[in-house]
Amino acid sequence: MIETLVFYFFSAILVASSLAVITVRNPVHAALFLVLAFFTAAGLWLLLEAEFLAIVLVLVYVGAVMVLFLFVVMMLDINIARLREGIWAWLPFGALLAVVMVLEMWIVLGSERFGLVGTIAPEGHPAGYSNTKELGRLIYTHYVYAFEIAAVILLVAIVSAIALTLRRRKDTKSQVASEQLAARREERVRLVSMPSGKK
Amino acid sequence: MEFFQNLFGDAWPLVWTLVKIVALTLPIMGTVAYLTLAERKVIGYIQVRIGPNRVGPVGLLQPIADAVKILLKEIIIPSGSNKILFVLAPVLAIAPALVAWAVVPFSPEMVLSNIDAGLLFILAATSLGVYGVIVAGWASNSKYAFLGAIRSSAQIVSYEIAMGFALVGVLMVAHSLNLGEIVKGQTGGGFWSWYFIPLFPLFLVYLISGVAETNRAPFDVAEGETEIVAGFHVEYSGMTFSVFYLAEYANMILVSALCSLMFLGGWLPPFNFAPFTWIPGFLWLLIKIAFILFLFLWFRATFPRYRYDQIMRLGWKVFIPVTLVWIVVVGAWMQTPLWLW
Repeated sequence: MIETLVFYFFSAILVASSLAVITVRNPVHAALFLVLAFFTAAGLWLLLEAEFLAIVLVLVYVGAVMVLFLFVVMMLDINIARLREGIWAWLPFGALLAVVMVLEMWIVLGSERFGLVGTIAPEGHPAGYSNTKELGRLIYTHYVYAFEIAAVILLVAIVSAIALTLRRRKDTKSQVASEQLAARREERVRLVSMPSGKK
Repeated sequence: MEFFQNLFGDAWPLVWTLVKIVALTLPIMGTVAYLTLAERKVIGYIQVRIGPNRVGPVGLLQPIADAVKILLKEIIIPSGSNKILFVLAPVLAIAPALVAWAVVPFSPEMVLSNIDAGLLFILAATSLGVYGVIVAGWASNSKYAFLGAIRSSAQIVSYEIAMGFALVGVLMVAHSLNLGEIVKGQTGGGFWSWYFIPLFPLFLVYLISGVAETNRAPFDVAEGETEIVAGFHVEYSGMTFSVFYLAEYANMILVSALCSLMFLGGWLPPFNFAPFTWIPGFLWLLIKIAFILFLFLWFRATFPRYRYDQIMRLGWKVFIPVTLVWIVVVGAWMQTPLWLW
């Protein structure tokens, strides 16, 4: 009873905030609504007893990805009028994309082949069941190659992003910490004995 | 108990949880208030001053006087600011600091919510604190607040990584994400079976990252009172301003509590014989928390402020490699018979 209430509460917020993401004018507000959407989605996952995934969703997407996203959105000077230019020229293309996406969703959610309609809700687990342990076991045994390949792809993406944005100017000055730490007093300071002169 | 249970009927679990939340939050807020007094007193004595001593006996009513003063001050909302987000930002700062306490155990039985993934929950909750900073800086509609928000949130995000890696070491040796189980794993002898010995580098990294994460001196570039006026909260006044400070102090207590639970044996006494075992476990935990809080204050009175690029260098080029190396060392060490924990 309470669970159903909580489910509808979270779902209502999720739907409303995801609609707000694409309808609000201000891009920072849109990003913050996306944060709210992630957060409520994590709440729904908790209801499904997927607590590890729910917490990781908050930790990774809300705590890290969206923070960087907000950084970028806040620093960009987004001109709404320029964004709206050429909306009619692109409308057919956008409509086509939308139709394709709706079709795909209909196939996944509607048909018996994928069976999302017929899927029964997962039953509750016994008290000692650890979601984290179970996931870890699967990732590092059954899906170990897929997992490692995904990790390597992410690493390549990180390295290439850094390589693309790293620019070294010749005239920038920076400190070399090891040189600073290796400095000795004798190299830098010379004490000169100066007797005071006569008055 | 029985009477109330009958009175509320089906709603009893809800009411009982609310009562427990209040019973947890009020002492935390009280500790926050008196931590400000302790800070001023301790730093006062370190600098050979007396500190606040006018309001009440030895200044004990000072926090209350401060609270009254702040509550009576006007809250100024800058024109051109985003009003909703401007008021929401302090709430976003303090809510995660209090939410994380839900899974912190005070003794084997005393815990509000004994969940299995407790450590992950705390990581997730504390990673939300950065939104208060970013939203405050952006909603103020001021260049200075925005620049301050960027520099302190970049600092928080960087040190979170080192903190997370330090926790990986803890859960490797404890085989559990549950904080109660982590403390249970440290039972055995006395203080030598606590995790701070095998995980000493991680303990240091966690403690220092905790100082940086809460924007405390010597990493307090968010405030930086000797170089800039303030950072992301420069446009805030009155209660909205002090809520940011409540959040900072609540986070300090949280980091101290986690440090004592994960590395210093939580409620376990340092020796397993007579005078030490007489003191109840709850009190041991409080003593450890108080000690780490004292370290926070001691740091503030001792070290000069880091420069911003030095903060970033320490976080990314020193702490993260140290934690990564030590995770591998501990992993290898645990496979040998030399592992005693």
